[in-house]
Amino acid sequence: MNDLNHDLRDQGANDADAMLQINHLHKVYEGSGRTVEAVRDVSFSLRQGEMVCVVGPSGAGKTTLLRCISGLLTPTSGEVILGGKRVVGPPEGMAVVFQEYGRSLFPWMKVRQNVELPLKEKGVPANRRRTLVDDSLEAVGLKDAHGAYPWQLSGGMQQRVAIARAIAYEPKVLLMDEPFASVDAQTRAELEDLVRSLWSRLGVTIVFVTHDIDESVYLGERVVVLSASPTTVMEDVAIDLGDNRDQLTTRIEPRFGELRARIYARIQEAKRAGRPIATE
Amino acid sequence: MPSIKSGLKKAWTIFLVPIVLFVLWYTLSAGSTSFFFPPLQKILVAFNRTWISSDRWATDIVPSLMRLGAGFLIALVIALMLGVLLGSSKVARDYSEPVLEFFRAIPPTVMIPVLLVISGIGNTSKVAVIAFGCLWPMLLNTIEGVRGVDSLLKDTCSIYRINGVSRLRLLTLRAASPQIVTGMRTGLSIGIILMVISEMFASRDGLGFTVIQFQRTFAIPEMWSGILLLGIIGVALSLLMRGFEMVVLRWYEGARQAG
Repeated sequence: MNDLNHDLRDQGANDADAMLQINHLHKVYEGSGRTVEAVRDVSFSLRQGEMVCVVGPSGAGKTTLLRCISGLLTPTSGEVILGGKRVVGPPEGMAVVFQEYGRSLFPWMKVRQNVELPLKEKGVPANRRRTLVDDSLEAVGLKDAHGAYPWQLSGGMQQRVAIARAIAYEPKVLLMDEPFASVDAQTRAELEDLVRSLWSRLGVTIVFVTHDIDESVYLGERVVVLSASPTTVMEDVAIDLGDNRDQLTTRIEPRFGELRARIYARIQEAKRAGRPIATE
Repeated sequence: MPSIKSGLKKAWTIFLVPIVLFVLWYTLSAGSTSFFFPPLQKILVAFNRTWISSDRWATDIVPSLMRLGAGFLIALVIALMLGVLLGSSKVARDYSEPVLEFFRAIPPTVMIPVLLVISGIGNTSKVAVIAFGCLWPMLLNTIEGVRGVDSLLKDTCSIYRINGVSRLRLLTLRAASPQIVTGMRTGLSIGIILMVISEMFASRDGLGFTVIQFQRTFAIPEMWSGILLLGIIGVALSLLMRGFEMVVLRWYEGARQAG
């Protein structure tokens, strides 16, 4: 798997100025008596300040991939490099927003404490902490919710808290693992726009994993299309829709339709080629 | 003023049955000539004489409660340390489970003669018996609580590099606190029982000792007053425990109601 002459190596995996590099990532789960190859060979990289969406058929090993990138899982071979440093365990300067917002916030802490906690642990001084928490909660539209407990909020608001926590942390790279998969469609559109605006305002580098093709095209500057498990990169599509995107107009642009159709076709192809029993 | 009204209603609900029982006991026992079941009025007089206008506060009640408190706290500390360890490691759990089951199955009271032989009738043996009895419900509940900490919250802590003592304090113990408190509640009631029994067996002071002493000297109203006092202490401690719960587990109640 570590064949250095692999053709995917050309896809920017060796960029010297890359913020995040994923090089020939390979992950095999060793279970009791059976081994499952979840990720075969994935390479792609992100420039500083880039937003890349990763999309694939269900069971494409997206979560495995993201857990390897975040350092929660150790890849079987290959490597992840963040800001020039090889990732071994959750690195400094990385934040993750998970799909299950209800389980990723501490229910015994109020909203404000939830957002502030990682900053405290990082050793950010109190007055700077206050500014960061205030600003990030305001940025996600929750400046009145400081004193509420997470479980007093709606699902969409809880996910906003998780996003506020992530951006207050001032990460170099923000990973988002299907963050809007369990909120309703209207909230979802709002949150997509929130992510776009935070991204352009803060210049943070974002990897956004989703199974939703429209979402990936709407959000990303590039879309990395994954195959079914064992995962490889099928295509790395540049999304040339410009920076100002709008739920109404962008989605009806002909170019949006073309890109969407292209990725859709690739995913259908991936599904046909994939093993029928593949699980995520 | 609906708040006052609902407050009164609540007080009514809480106190109605106890008051009725008290009045019934008082009136029905008023003419009692039975030596073993004296009138409540006599018991109350004995109560006042024995516990309120005497120095038994210092000589019996306080030593009893100190022993209970010491045994309970020692058990709690051991339960938390061991519980976190065993709750976090499946291997450690698998190895220790048979032994835990064995020790849990031993009625704590049989440890009294053993400890009596080892450490005499000083405080040590009684505190040890109480600690031994309190330990198991607290330990087993802590293990369960720690084992059940949400994996996504653990991941969240890892991502934000919250490790070591901070993680223990901010995540593990908080997430396990509902189970830990359940264990504490059970442990406390077992502790009270053991406090009394250990004093009946092996003591020169304390509530259990005093009650058995009254019984042996046929001071029956005094004996009943001791039982009454133990009941009152039990209720007071359980109220204290509930107060603690309300502070520590406020989030848990809310989160559960929010579904």
